[in-house]
Amino acid sequence: MSRPSTVRVGLVYPELLGTYGDRGNAVVLVERCRRRGIDAELVEVAAGTAIPDSLDVYLFGGGEDDPQVMASAGMRASRPAIDRARASGAVIFAVCAGFQLIGHSYEARDGERLDGLGLVDLTTRAGPFRLIGEVVVEPDPSLGLPTLTGFENHGGRTTLGSGERALGRVLAGGGNGVDGVDGVLGDHLVGTYLHGPVLPRNAALADLLLGWVVGTEAITPLDDRVQNQLRAARLDAATATGWRARLDELRLNRG
Amino acid sequence: MTRSRARLALTAGRAAGWASRVTGRGAGTQVSGRVMLGIEPKLLDEVVGERRVALVSATNGKTTTTRLLAEALRAAGTEVVTNHTGANMPAGIAAALARDRTAKVAIIEVDERWLPKVVDPLDAELLVLGNLTRDQLDRFGEVRAIAEQWREVCTTHPKLRVIANASDPHVVWAAEPADPTWIALGAPWRSDAATCPRCAALLDWSEDRFACPSCGFAQPETPHRLDGDVLVLGDERIPLHLGLPGSWNRMNAALALAAAVVHFDVPIGRAVEGIAGVEVVSGRFSTRRLPDGRTARVLLAKNPAGWTEVLRWLSGQQSGVVLAVNAHVADGRDPSWLWDVPYELLRGVPVAASGERALDVAVRLDYGGVECIIEEDPLLAAARLPGDEVQIIASYTQFTHLTRKSW
Repeated sequence: MSRPSTVRVGLVYPELLGTYGDRGNAVVLVERCRRRGIDAELVEVAAGTAIPDSLDVYLFGGGEDDPQVMASAGMRASRPAIDRARASGAVIFAVCAGFQLIGHSYEARDGERLDGLGLVDLTTRAGPFRLIGEVVVEPDPSLGLPTLTGFENHGGRTTLGSGERALGRVLAGGGNGVDGVDGVLGDHLVGTYLHGPVLPRNAALADLLLGWVVGTEAITPLDDRVQNQLRAARLDAATATGWRARLDELRLNRG
Repeated sequence: MTRSRARLALTAGRAAGWASRVTGRGAGTQVSGRVMLGIEPKLLDEVVGERRVALVSATNGKTTTTRLLAEALRAAGTEVVTNHTGANMPAGIAAALARDRTAKVAIIEVDERWLPKVVDPLDAELLVLGNLTRDQLDRFGEVRAIAEQWREVCTTHPKLRVIANASDPHVVWAAEPADPTWIALGAPWRSDAATCPRCAALLDWSEDRFACPSCGFAQPETPHRLDGDVLVLGDERIPLHLGLPGSWNRMNAALALAAAVVHFDVPIGRAVEGIAGVEVVSGRFSTRRLPDGRTARVLLAKNPAGWTEVLRWLSGQQSGVVLAVNAHVADGRDPSWLWDVPYELLRGVPVAASGERALDVAVRLDYGGVECIIEEDPLLAAARLPGDEVQIIASYTQFTHLTRKSW
């Protein structure tokens, strides 16, 4: 892979898709590049403007209902640019409302349908209640990632198409709210309901995304002592909701 | 309702409030109010009686605005009852009103979500509406939904007078049907008002005021505005002489002053005098003595808008700053808002990450290039930082814990 001279991390429509501190994910990606001596810049794509095809990472964050409708319109209008960027290896990272919007559609409780980008085969419907609280996800083993911690706050129930893989199994919390999984995992693409934001809590997930951009050999170790303390503290906090018991159960079932 | 039942409710409530205070679990007001309302649901009607009632609500500044308005009236010789400890839900309001049955005017702070439910039982004549921004996401849901509920109140109560901030799109949407007296307070925090409350199109803020290019919804014209340290009220220019720090308190004071002068006909000089005398509001801006004899000032910041205002005020100072953050229900269980606050303003300032969520704060600071020590106890953290007056900026439950003894 040809490595970009400057990694351009795009924060898409922060005014609309920034409800849950989503800027934090962009800050973490940029900062983790710089700490490795890799030039990086945070590019804000202002709401109402076209999404460019020149970004290396596209971050779609969480948003409230009305802003989500606006964001959907802008994203769909920019579909060709996003396709061109993906063809040259760009990474998509989508959280919460952003995750719903990279799927086919979101159906509100009143039956109103909002079209998404359709980058992955998934659909979301409004559920009977909101899923709120700490989440623990055991990521897909192919990723080689440690257990993920996040906080969720959403009403969506997301069903993956039969050909799609989830980001991981939910050990505590709701995630997609369907089939005991969270998120979606595609080619240079991750969608998830985890915020917190999720990348400050899970440095390894941030580095997975960056590895797709700059090559895994460039992902040198960083001083993540505070980050790891935070991750451990949040995983501990979720113990009360029983994830440890479920983790043991999972291990027993596997073998 | 029978008198004896009301008396029983009030007595039982006072007992519960006393129990809450002596066991150190709270300021007592919410608990005693809950007990009273449990015994007699119509208690709000009963305790308010025939008094004139003004309700103050906002995401940020409602406690301070309430206190300032009450003091402006008191300076003119009016007896006022108010829920000054920030107990702003029906139970706390009932308890506050029960404590003083003689004052003829009630200035009541109300939680944003509860405002629609107390207007009728209290037979309110005035609403004072400040701002609506994101607060404690997982508890409150959407800013827009609250604006819609307020609007319903304004639509269905034609006799209600309203004094409202013209610079906040959600407040304007909410208050518009009541034909309010608008005060343009300025909008330092716009991140929660990107889209038009009426039609959901993107708002245009380019002229330093909001306008919707799609449906025409726009900041209302008004001769009343805050201009630095001066409240312009029609033809009058009224300098604010505040004992409270920060630009956010100028906004609170302008709103309170306008309400006192326009609605309650308080002479301007008296109102300014009353407001100027306030230096501490329910523990806000109060100080705690550290073991080594230095002092720590305690500031409350509940959400990104509030934090940003406080940080702008503190940036560049040499004394230490403690950031004390919890994530209980009253703080918001999700501290992701930490990433919406420009903590980068604290680069070069001695900082401590503190509170039960000290690690979330520390990681935020680390990625923002701000060095910090980590110490969960805010007073111990303050003791480890340099400076004559260390500032402790606290989320809600940290704040109530730190200031309980100074009430």
